[in-house]
Amino acid sequence: MNLFSKLFYKYRRMSKVIRLYLLISGPGIIVMLADNDAGGITTYTATGARFGYGLIWFLVLLGPAAYFVQEMTVRLGAVTKRGHAEAIFDAFGSFWGWFSLLDLVLVDWLTLITEFIGMTAALAIFGIPAWLTVLLVCLIMSFMVLRGRYWTWEKLAFFFCALNVIYIPAAFLVHPSVSDVLRNGIIPHFPGGFSSEMFFFLMANIGTTIAPWMVFFQQSAVVDKGLQEKDIPWGKFDTLMGSLFTVLVAIFCVVVTGTLLTGVNIQSAAEAAILLMGINPSLGTLLAIGLFNAGFLGAICISLASSWAFGEVFGWAHSLNHKVREAPWFYACYFITLLTAGGVVLIPGAPLVLITLFVQVIAVTLLPAALVFLLLLLNDRSIMGEYRNTLFQNIMSGTIIVAIIILSTLYGVSALFPSLFPA
Amino acid sequence: MLSRFLSRCGTQWKEFSEKHFGKILEINRRYRKPRIQTSRWVWATLLFLRLYLLFLVGILFFKFFTLL
Repeated sequence: MNLFSKLFYKYRRMSKVIRLYLLISGPGIIVMLADNDAGGITTYTATGARFGYGLIWFLVLLGPAAYFVQEMTVRLGAVTKRGHAEAIFDAFGSFWGWFSLLDLVLVDWLTLITEFIGMTAALAIFGIPAWLTVLLVCLIMSFMVLRGRYWTWEKLAFFFCALNVIYIPAAFLVHPSVSDVLRNGIIPHFPGGFSSEMFFFLMANIGTTIAPWMVFFQQSAVVDKGLQEKDIPWGKFDTLMGSLFTVLVAIFCVVVTGTLLTGVNIQSAAEAAILLMGINPSLGTLLAIGLFNAGFLGAICISLASSWAFGEVFGWAHSLNHKVREAPWFYACYFITLLTAGGVVLIPGAPLVLITLFVQVIAVTLLPAALVFLLLLLNDRSIMGEYRNTLFQNIMSGTIIVAIIILSTLYGVSALFPSLFPA
Repeated sequence: MLSRFLSRCGTQWKEFSEKHFGKILEINRRYRKPRIQTSRWVWATLLFLRLYLLFLVGILFFKFFTLL
């Protein structure tokens, strides 16, 4: 009897914990999986095809890096109850605030274009024209936000997050040699040595894992969801789970192309899906569906990040809990970003693949500016109180910032003086 | 003559900007005093970092157009 009552007590306690987590989870998992967007999937498939399993170790390292950056936004959002854009304006004044807002708008808009590129390319495989894809996506996204509740939007976003892990079963379909993956992927090395191409791929992979829009998005989502200081441990756990999934999806994506398309110079994930259809039709179809889903998930988050930021700074009503008539500028901003980004994809002859890869690199180049302000905010005692950064967190974040600046500089040097590094 | 012209231009610009950029000016006024006070060195370092990153983005755009 005693044993049963103990088991029942443990079961009740565990179910309560799980229910509490499910209530609080969301921003961390959504932002991390949305990070595996169309540009991300393109980068991972291209990385696998170009370097095989050789850069898996680098993706593993990016998981903790993404966690350390994003968990800071959870604490900042829960403590200040302010979105990131508003927090920068308030803490550093309008001069730095405008810089940050313009960075965000530029990178968000460029990234949103890459989402549309991915979605149109994925559905083109099934014979759906680009204009129809853009139209359908805009309609579905309008429906999602016009339902008028953050919770509704979040539940729908969770559904697309679940689809994002499609690459994990896909990797099992290619029957990779586990010993090869471990031997070539886990020990840190740079296949082919340091070259301009290697810098580009390293930066693109960082850009797909940590991006400025994520900082703004997660903090605004934490505020919109209403997380409090007491919820911070759950918010951090949510972010940890998200970073784990994002790295898993990235690794499995690399494993798919690293196993079947090694040495093939593929330009995009859609091209990889078409090539894989010739080898294994169901695998190619999975990759195409996954690419569309990745683009869609990225698009629903990125378009909101800009609208939230503008709403915070301009003082407009800026919550998904508001109706259109209550927050007209918030929704106007959302739709303008969406429609203009979708329109770019329809320009005949636009270099869409090149845009996708460069946007990742531009995003990571501008990232240190956002991270420096995040770090300064998280170290301010008057703002953060007991939740300010510890020495360890500062060392980790500082290392990430310095590493990105060094890598960006090396890529810049290799772009200006190509003869300094092997091609 | 010139000073009167400049002053009239200034007034007109002020009216135009208040009409069209009133919200932006209001935001600038609202956040005039930052909560975190940074020393001149920190401010200069932040500005240098920002300009340096923009320079790197400029290089990326250059590379992008050379690859077109």
